Amino acid sequence: MRITRRVEFSASHSCHNAALSDEENHALYGADANPHGHGHNYALEVTLEGEPDRVTGMVVDLKDVKCILEEEILTPMDHRHLNFEVSPFDTVVPTPENLVVEMWRRLAPRFAEGPASLCTIRLFETADLYVDYEGR
Amino acid sequence: MADVRLTRRYRFSASHRLHSELLSADQNREVYGKCNNPYGHGHDYVMDVTIRGEVDGVRGRLVSVDALDQCVQSVVLRNFDRRNLNLEVREFAALVPTTEVLAEVIAGRLAKAWPEAFGGSGGRFEKLRIWETQNNIFEVLAPLPAGREIEVHEISESRG
Repeated sequence: MRITRRVEFSASHSCHNAALSDEENHALYGADANPHGHGHNYALEVTLEGEPDRVTGMVVDLKDVKCILEEEILTPMDHRHLNFEVSPFDTVVPTPENLVVEMWRRLAPRFAEGPASLCTIRLFETADLYVDYEGR
Repeated sequence: MADVRLTRRYRFSASHRLHSELLSADQNREVYGKCNNPYGHGHDYVMDVTIRGEVDGVRGRLVSVDALDQCVQSVVLRNFDRRNLNLEVREFAALVPTTEVLAEVIAGRLAKAWPEAFGGSGGRFEKLRIWETQNNIFEVLAPLPAGREIEVHEISESRG
């Protein structure tokens, strides 16, 4: 069985790669390449997989999931400038593709001991653009 | 390298009528119900285009979103938005524009345009999901280059 918890946070970023020319940056990242940065209302959906406990009827205690997401995602990233305040985005371009990989790196160890395992995460940068990652 | 899916959402509004020349008037009414109304009706379609591929952390970009928008605009939206699908989209001269078929037609168009638009990038067109309404949702996998393709019978480009 899969269970999904959604959290929302707001952060600013700029998608600019110093190794590329301004033209290449604009072609690759579009308006997100603006070096002055801009913000998004991100939403992260974390999907866990496991079997309901026979006694509690729960796959996982959602209070624990909420706590983990607070510690690993919201506290470090909410109302932050990702490029300046969140590692490794001082050197890694904070595209949603890279963000979702970093989020998986942070979350996977927290669910490694069970009772539910991390199945997939979906990060909405806007309502019309999202990325999915399964840790592979 | 990470195996990532990127999904971009688009919207278009169009009218259609579900009616098959292969069925009698009674059969059409029975099969398609109110969607067989001879004057047609419309929907605000929502369409998710999913791209899948390996992302390298240096560029961190599966596909240029601007380039994707331009491709979808020229291949799909320009021809579908604020259109009568039966009369103005060539595939539906011979096909009934149910949203099942609409999804296959759009996926076929994107798959055909993909190599020229994005052949050099790592992202491949994986699937398409269309909401006809909030309650009716259709999903198709992208057709393989030499795989199952929509059979389009060109009756007339100038129909309508």
